[in-house]
Amino acid sequence: MTRPVGVRSEPLLEVEDLAVVFHGSRGDVEAVSEVSFSVRPGEHVALVGESGSGKSVTALAVMGLLPPRSTTVRGSIRYDGDELLDLDARSRRDLRGAEMAMIFQDPMTSLNPVVPIGVQIGEVLQRHKGLRKTEAREVSGDLLGRVGISDGKRRLKEYPHQLSGGMRQRVLIAIALACEPRLLIADEPTTALDVTIQAQILELLRELVSGTGTALVMITHDLGVVAGLCDEVHVMYSGRVVESAPRRSLFGEPRHPYTGGLLGSIPRLDSARGEPLTPIPGSPNDALPWTHSCAFAPRCGNRVDKCTVQTPALRGSEHASRPGDEQALRCFNPLDTREAS
Amino acid sequence: MSIAAPTEPSGAGQPTPVADVAGESLLRGAWRRLRRSPLAIAGAAIVLVFVVVALAAPLLAPYEPASTQWAGLVTPQSVPGPAPDHLLGLDSFGSDMLTQLIYGARQSLIVGVVSTVLGLSVGATLGLAAGGFGGKVDTIVMRLVDVLLSIPSLLLAVSVAAVIGQSQLSVMIAIGVAQVPVFARLLRGSMMLQSKSDYVLAADALGIRRRRIVMGHVLPNSMGPTIVQATLALATAIIEVAALSFLGLGDGDPAVAEWGRMLVAAQERFGNDPRLAVYPGVCIAITALGFTLFGEALREALDPRQRR
Repeated sequence: MTRPVGVRSEPLLEVEDLAVVFHGSRGDVEAVSEVSFSVRPGEHVALVGESGSGKSVTALAVMGLLPPRSTTVRGSIRYDGDELLDLDARSRRDLRGAEMAMIFQDPMTSLNPVVPIGVQIGEVLQRHKGLRKTEAREVSGDLLGRVGISDGKRRLKEYPHQLSGGMRQRVLIAIALACEPRLLIADEPTTALDVTIQAQILELLRELVSGTGTALVMITHDLGVVAGLCDEVHVMYSGRVVESAPRRSLFGEPRHPYTGGLLGSIPRLDSARGEPLTPIPGSPNDALPWTHSCAFAPRCGNRVDKCTVQTPALRGSEHASRPGDEQALRCFNPLDTREAS
Repeated sequence: MSIAAPTEPSGAGQPTPVADVAGESLLRGAWRRLRRSPLAIAGAAIVLVFVVVALAAPLLAPYEPASTQWAGLVTPQSVPGPAPDHLLGLDSFGSDMLTQLIYGARQSLIVGVVSTVLGLSVGATLGLAAGGFGGKVDTIVMRLVDVLLSIPSLLLAVSVAAVIGQSQLSVMIAIGVAQVPVFARLLRGSMMLQSKSDYVLAADALGIRRRRIVMGHVLPNSMGPTIVQATLALATAIIEVAALSFLGLGDGDPAVAEWGRMLVAAQERFGNDPRLAVYPGVCIAITALGFTLFGEALREALDPRQRR
């Protein structure tokens, strides 16, 4: 699984110091802050974290899909050099679907139940490529073929409820890739599917994006997905990035206790029968505010006194093995790495 | 709003067996479920009979409408009852009861349909504007609708009749206007609900234009309750027509047979000839029941949670 990582190419997407604040009736809630990452063309980047870690909010902010009245987005999101946060709503809508597309978690609800799938694929082609209805129909049939739905032409007339979950996700992938976007964000695209289908869908995604130069941002809580697909991983906790590393070093030597906990809680085939899994104690609800502590401290096995009184900063790690590999860590007392090497 | 087919195990990415019902639309699915419900069939049968009778009134009625040629047979004490010539007897003016009832159906259908179409088109347009644009438009439209809602429909009918005179048109306008708020709120409400759904977010993520999202995605998913309400509104309208006539606010033309006015005429003879009131009363009740049954069945058939 070697893929040329465009180390030297300019980033397609650069997110810098992103903060998202929701204005609720009970005051403001900071859902995401200090999030920075970048994605180059052809690169596959993962945002990993539990529910509520802010990974989906980050994706919606990049897409410009957060409700403008009840949210404030600060920081910088540059796409191909242009600052997205300076664009008006109309220009951002023009980018969506054409330049950047998103695949959502639940294929059961992400398709309109009363509109035939052919119309739903066709409308994005009509919108961005200026195709006429009949032309769009032609292309839609081909697209269904490309995502592995046989007899695509005939199936254009079908309604979402006539398709299984896996088929619907294939349709959604076809819609997202219809206009060949340069950036694809996949928000837990396999979570709502059966395990066997998950593998098929991931394989399909890999086939479709590799070699095309499409930049992929994969949002997931499943490190198995990361292992098979991504080059660069950003682990998020309670709205902030706690560790960024290339996939190999993240899996080989996790530095943040949370990353370690996530890896430790994966069931392994080679573990002894009956051996209990090692979950991370507590739940994300136990998080402390980042303002004067580490949010993960209450659940952390490596906690030191400092963790509950001071905010750890995100520091670049000095032993980045290759130039261009972003490595960063937000921890006072990281896990030991094999220093001997 | 999960429309997942519960009976269908999401098989391994295979084409599902349902696929041979290629392209089943919302309405076709609803029709399939409608046929399975006995209440729906009963309601539909009543509605069908009513509509056929109303449309074919001149063919079905044994005599000319409002012909009082048998007035001589009516005495202050009694009205001639059923006889071979007059299957349901005469009414208090000496017209054939059956003929009057049949033409009354026609009148109810005309007024019911016109007023409902009026209420539906104005109300749905307001609701569409409010639900589609949101924000300030929504606030203004909905306050307007609230004002309208605060006026009792009878008062509205009196005012309309006072302004444009007592006629069939004023009855239609009064009943139609009274229905506007219901349709406006209903459509706006379901559009607001649908706007929050995942497929709208997904369409937004594809850069689909706002107008297209509203008209092509939100509106088709929001129409179910409105269609149902239109059916139920027909039932209400038929009762309201009768009520307005009963109160003397209906169509002023005595030559037009109307169930409500037949009730009024029967009032003074109720002691001797209760059947004069029973016939039109039963007609009103059965017709309203038919539309209500049909509407309720339609509501269930269009409910996405029932979709199989």
